[in-house]
Amino acid sequence: MSHAVTAPSIFGLMAEFETPTDLVRACKAAYAEGYRDMDAYSPFPIEAASEAIGFHKSAVPLITLIGGILGGTSGFALQYWINVIAYPLNIGGKPYNSWPAFIVPTFEMTILFAGLVGMFGMFALNGLPRPYHPVFHVEQFSKVTRDRFFLCVEATDPKFDLTGTQQFMERLKPLSIAEVPH
Amino acid sequence: MAGVDEKNLALLDEPPVIGPGQTFDSVTDTITDVVLKRPIGLGWLAGLAVGMSLLGLLGVAVTYLFLRGVGIWGIEIPVGWGFAIINFVWWIGIGHAGTLISAILLLFKQTWRNSINRFAEAMTLFAVACAGMFPLLHMGRPWLGYWMFPYPNSMGVWPQFRSPLVWDVFAVSTYATISAVFWFVGLVPDFATMREGATNPFARKVYGMLSLGWRGSARHWTRYEALYILLAGISTPLVLSVHTVVSFDFAIAIVPGWHTTIFPPYFVAGAIYSGFAMVLVLAIPIRKYYGLEDMITMRHLQNSAKIMLATGLIVGYGYFFEAFIGLYSGSTYERFMLHNRWFGPYAAFYWALILLNLLVPQVLWWPKVRSSTSWLFGISLVVLVGMWLERFIIIVTSLSRDFLPSSWGHYVPTRWDWATYAGTIGLFTAAIFIFIRIVPAISIFEMRMLLPQSEVKE
Amino acid sequence: MDNKSQGKSEAVCPSKLELAEVRDKLARAKSGPQYWRSLEELAQTEGFFEMVHREFPRQASVWPEGASRRDFMKLMTASMALAGLSACVKQPVEPIVPYVRQPEPIVLGIPLYFASAMPFGGYATPVLVESHEGRPTKVEGNPDHPAGVGSDVFAQASILDMYDPDRSQAVTYTGFIRSWSDFATAVKGPLNSQTAVQGAGLRILTRTVSSPTLAAQLNAVLAVYPQAKWVQYDPLSRDNVRAGAQLAFGQYVETRYALDKADTILSLDGDFLSSGYPGFLLYARQFASRRSPELKEKMSRFYMVESTPTNTGGKADHRLPVRASEVEQVARAVAAGLGVGGGSAKPEQQKFVAALVKDLQAHKGAAVVIAGDNQPPAVHALAHAMNQALGVVGATVFYTDPVEAKPQDQTAALKELVDDMNAGKVDLLLIVGGNPVYDAPADLKFGDAMGKVQLRVQHSVFQNETTDFAHWHINATHYLEQWGDARTIDGTAALIQPLIAPLYDGKSEYEFIEALTGSSASTSYEIVRTYWQGKMTGDFEPAWRRALHDGFVAGTAYPAKAVTAKSGFIPTLSPASAGDKGGAPNLEVMFRRDPTIYDGTFSNNAWLQETAKPMTSICWDNAVQMSVKTAEKLGLKTEDVVEIDVNGRKVKGGLWRTPGHPDDAVTVFLGYGRTKSGRVGTDVGFNAYALRTSDAFYFAGGKVSKVGDGYGFANPQGWQFIDQSGIPGAEDMSDRHIVRKATLEDFIKNPDFAHEGIEAPAPEFSLYTTASGEPLFQYTAAKWGMAIDMNSCIGCKTCVVACQAENNIPVVGKEQVMRGRHMNWLRVDTYYEGGAENPTAYYQPIPCQQCENAPCEVVCPVGATVHSTEGLNDMVYNRCVGTRYCSNNCPYKVRRFNFLLWQDWDTLQYKMMRNPEVSVRSRGVMEKCTYCVQRITHGRITAEKDNRKVQDGEVITACQQACPAGAITFGDLNDPNSKVSKLRADSRNYGLLEDLNTRPRTTYMAVVLNPNPELEQSERS
Repeated sequence: MSHAVTAPSIFGLMAEFETPTDLVRACKAAYAEGYRDMDAYSPFPIEAASEAIGFHKSAVPLITLIGGILGGTSGFALQYWINVIAYPLNIGGKPYNSWPAFIVPTFEMTILFAGLVGMFGMFALNGLPRPYHPVFHVEQFSKVTRDRFFLCVEATDPKFDLTGTQQFMERLKPLSIAEVPH
Repeated sequence: MAGVDEKNLALLDEPPVIGPGQTFDSVTDTITDVVLKRPIGLGWLAGLAVGMSLLGLLGVAVTYLFLRGVGIWGIEIPVGWGFAIINFVWWIGIGHAGTLISAILLLFKQTWRNSINRFAEAMTLFAVACAGMFPLLHMGRPWLGYWMFPYPNSMGVWPQFRSPLVWDVFAVSTYATISAVFWFVGLVPDFATMREGATNPFARKVYGMLSLGWRGSARHWTRYEALYILLAGISTPLVLSVHTVVSFDFAIAIVPGWHTTIFPPYFVAGAIYSGFAMVLVLAIPIRKYYGLEDMITMRHLQNSAKIMLATGLIVGYGYFFEAFIGLYSGSTYERFMLHNRWFGPYAAFYWALILLNLLVPQVLWWPKVRSSTSWLFGISLVVLVGMWLERFIIIVTSLSRDFLPSSWGHYVPTRWDWATYAGTIGLFTAAIFIFIRIVPAISIFEMRMLLPQSEVKE
Repeated sequence: MDNKSQGKSEAVCPSKLELAEVRDKLARAKSGPQYWRSLEELAQTEGFFEMVHREFPRQASVWPEGASRRDFMKLMTASMALAGLSACVKQPVEPIVPYVRQPEPIVLGIPLYFASAMPFGGYATPVLVESHEGRPTKVEGNPDHPAGVGSDVFAQASILDMYDPDRSQAVTYTGFIRSWSDFATAVKGPLNSQTAVQGAGLRILTRTVSSPTLAAQLNAVLAVYPQAKWVQYDPLSRDNVRAGAQLAFGQYVETRYALDKADTILSLDGDFLSSGYPGFLLYARQFASRRSPELKEKMSRFYMVESTPTNTGGKADHRLPVRASEVEQVARAVAAGLGVGGGSAKPEQQKFVAALVKDLQAHKGAAVVIAGDNQPPAVHALAHAMNQALGVVGATVFYTDPVEAKPQDQTAALKELVDDMNAGKVDLLLIVGGNPVYDAPADLKFGDAMGKVQLRVQHSVFQNETTDFAHWHINATHYLEQWGDARTIDGTAALIQPLIAPLYDGKSEYEFIEALTGSSASTSYEIVRTYWQGKMTGDFEPAWRRALHDGFVAGTAYPAKAVTAKSGFIPTLSPASAGDKGGAPNLEVMFRRDPTIYDGTFSNNAWLQETAKPMTSICWDNAVQMSVKTAEKLGLKTEDVVEIDVNGRKVKGGLWRTPGHPDDAVTVFLGYGRTKSGRVGTDVGFNAYALRTSDAFYFAGGKVSKVGDGYGFANPQGWQFIDQSGIPGAEDMSDRHIVRKATLEDFIKNPDFAHEGIEAPAPEFSLYTTASGEPLFQYTAAKWGMAIDMNSCIGCKTCVVACQAENNIPVVGKEQVMRGRHMNWLRVDTYYEGGAENPTAYYQPIPCQQCENAPCEVVCPVGATVHSTEGLNDMVYNRCVGTRYCSNNCPYKVRRFNFLLWQDWDTLQYKMMRNPEVSVRSRGVMEKCTYCVQRITHGRITAEKDNRKVQDGEVITACQQACPAGAITFGDLNDPNSKVSKLRADSRNYGLLEDLNTRPRTTYMAVVLNPNPELEQSERS
């Protein structure tokens, strides 16, 4: 945690907007201004917003794919091992390796693992669950789950400077600006 | 995108997917108030009471079942499967509509599904719970049910993976898990809304935990959406596979009337058919009782009706083709099976099935019928009964008279069969009623996206 | 391993002393009306606690004082079962001789076989009894007996009777428990007073006696009391046979047939292929030996003139259904044709009679005419006359001295007894076996008459209706518990040796009669042995041992004797003597013995009750049977409740329409409607004896009227035609080729008829082969298979009961059978062909087909049913979770499921009875035929011990052993010379539903009938 040493006393500055359009415009402006450590908050997904703050691709699909492959292979391997190696049985004169019959469980295992790994992967990447987060100190922020849109520039950003950033934000004509304490 | 949708609506001049004049705020409140503000009503209590008493009946039936054995049911040799499997298939089928709405319609960008997917998924979960019970209950020695799962054990023996019943175990448990995952993931942002909306500190805490500290970060939303689409993507083949596997229980067997390749598509269609019937049976009263007409509009009901019409026709095609193949196959067993269905001891049920499942729903061709909630409600009930009869016909008539006439039998359910069936209906009802009071019954954040205000104008 | 087993044997084999003590405690305690209560009494004894402590240290130590009744029962039964296990307990004290060459001490786990005989219907049925550690567990046929190998349902089920907990377990006086010595003293007085009057007031009523020893004893008694009378009565008495012999020859003779010598057989209502017919074992095998189509024209032809449809009639090439009273007319017509007497048949019968006469004459010297026991003396006389005319006496018919010790007109004798009793002439009545109050002719009112006797004593195995009218009841021993002897149909004396000490301290009839002569001390062993001491040729001891070993006394068979018919006795007979009894407008009511519970003797035998009766396949009931046509005429349908009225005597019963039943007649089976039988047999069915009078013993005129409907029969199969289907528009079953059949002509022309027009995938067609095209599974160790010859099978159901006994199969009761939950591993399907008036019947025993491509295995989710290396379709009970999927997918529906807990885990007797080599299945488990895998294993172990392969015929399944007709063959298909391999190669061999490619290991030999070409067309039309 190197930045802990140089950590400023606050988490960042937060501007509140009324419409998704304002938010996206604000994000673009901030990005153009050179800010990088920032995040937009909204009551529903706004692709444009994350694009604007320079967040393009997530690792979730890859993780899910890996999960699926893992599930499928292990599923078939299990059946093969059981029926051909561990405990081969003559079942109605069928071959030990009755692979067509093994397809169904293999498929289901693929789906199961993909789904679970995907979900846990997504939450992990998002750092959830996280009951405490500084942004919750801002009292208007509770409306982010209803009808308000927020842009938060974080203090860790090298360009961050309390007064400068605040002035920059005022230019974006937000409903309000708030300091986000730690 | 939503705009495009709006235009389409205008062109087709269909009722909108969301009532006019709604704002982020109003949408949020209409939905959350059902849980947070609205006092407990008599109607709700009555409904819950009914559900709970039936649930109690289930308790009695199952206790007696475990004490005495499956002999308390009407099953026999040759009809080794009766109500238990009929109900299993019926419930699983009902579950399918939920996943279809939340997954497949999502992939097809059918945004109108946003207002019904939440409780449709809930319906799926509860239906699967009801269904999941039966395979266990119908075992001669249910306390050994875990032998169905591949786990290392001192006996060194494993499940027999060629058996469709093992496939069922994998399919149904996967289906249940993934549906739960899908449901929960969808709920997280709404839990956050509830967290902020809740006045009662305890509720606040619970919703807080369930929301996992969701704060609507853009980065989170991006990953979230990615996963949401992926889940939809994998759920689609999953939901199709589940009823396909269920149909394998029959198609893999050599029993005349079971051993046919038409079963998978025919079962899946039937599943969706009964599923949408159940969606309507639930949606129509709920929207009325909780004044959600603006969220669940006639548009939703009509689309559901259309899907029922379509799947119903596929099912009808199934009946036809079953008959055609039977007669065309040149197999004496198949031909006899057909005659037996048509004129045998269970003929009355077969013709009732044709009436309820095939003929009556044809009235859905008329827009008037499609736009009358009472008609839709009635027809949905008819279809639910019809689909239950279909499973009865498939299982009972086929088994009761197979290859050797010396072993023919006649199946008659006992009161315990009925009690168990009614019991699961109770479980389902109770679960739905409780669900409505503790979870937002409509996906709030997805509803917001339906609002014109949600557009980003450049 | 070794010391382990030693420890075991110690545990289960406590020192003789204590166990002996416990046993007679048990015996004394047993003399209570309530079996369980008396066991509790037993529980208080020191010896028992001590024994339990030694055998169950753990339980016993934690056993609280005054344990709950339930806990107590658990320990009690368990420990007693072990007591039974310990060989030293249950062996009789006298030396009995095991079947094996050198008698040897019992080895735990190795069964011993003892030859014995079952006294039944006045004759002896030879049996071989399997004994496990001193407990008889299975009755089988004696393969070395001259009077017939194989077995019948009654012998098979008799083991259950012995262990029946409802058996009488004590001597009682007016219902109160007494001891045997009490009786001995009590009866002294009356006997002494009889001595004064030379026994004028003494009557002894027995069933038909063929036991030399018992007869000698009774004659001894009569010598002491010259005025006393010895009366015999059997409800199925062969009075008609005796009277017939008297008519023909003026003396009593036993008639015996040699059907293996007969080219043409005519049976006048004689069901010689049905269990219970005297000589059944002999005739079944002889008949089968001449029915193989490989004999070509030497295959015998069988005509049957039949009243009640029986499995015998089902085997006939030509069957003429007529009412019992009309058989005589047909007989006379045939006789006339053969030049004896005069008479003519009804017009519609003349074609049949003409062809028949022609056929008989064509086979002079090699034909035979058989008359049924239920036919009037005239018919028997006619049969004798015809046989003489055909010149077959000495060829296919033999006359010998009567097998029964004292032939008499039983009905007359019983009448006389009743009159004497009513007249108060009888002071002391001794009833040895039998149940006259229940089964005596209704008009005699035996019970009331009996009430007038001063002192009435009954000696029987069960308490029954008669017990209530007796002062003293002496609990008798079962034949498996006693010494004795009896004669088989050919007169050979069979010795009865006990397999177990009397369970309830009963007394054998020998000891009972001996008691009358004062010497109550002597045991039946002494009595029988003493009797034979004089009789056996040569050195006694070895002869005695040999006799016990073989199960019969060599050289005691009666020689054929020449008898000549009295000249011109036929005209003296009143024509159609019974005609008036039947005839319109009345129906003819025909009384027949029940195929499974005989005359009621076996009414408490659950195995026999649950055995589907041949032809009707009804179980747990008797029915009012009538033809479809008559039912229509009377506006009746199956399961209507009807009342039969025979001049004022009425009973109610359920109606069953029986294919092939003669019109204007009803059949009622005797033996049901018991009011005092046991937990199984009481209040089941209706009592047909209530209609039966001494003047109309086998058929009478009566009326039938409907009084209700929905009777509800337990009927596992119902009746099906393979050439009809119950459903409008649906095709019949013939395309399924379940039964494949041809006439002898066609067979000779085309031996391969069984495979024509049938698509059965050839073995080499398989998706699953090794790289080199070999089948995946080779079954090199052994390849068990079974071939069932449907031509030999006579549908007697013996195999069904044998299977039940061998494999610890539970019974489920009427209500459960009605729900389709009967448990028989082996069933005999009966199919009809050719209309309900007079159909041909086909019998098809269905065990597990042991498919090589078993559909059941593929669908089992837990692998509870899998294939063994020897190709058996194994059922792993303790792996089964009970999804019933296997049964759904079994095209033969041979799998049986324990829907509820049907095994009796608590009753001590059943624990002792069960086959220790077959696991007892519990609730929720699927079960099915295993090809008697326990016997296979036994054979394999013995073979491996002397390092050889299992020889053909070394492993014999229970059904195969029991089959009197030898229709079932089992063996190794790998051995090309095995019987079964040869049958497999036979052109008649086919697999059931083989078009499904299940590759069954059980196959069938197609049916070949030998109809008379002259009759064939008309019959089939």
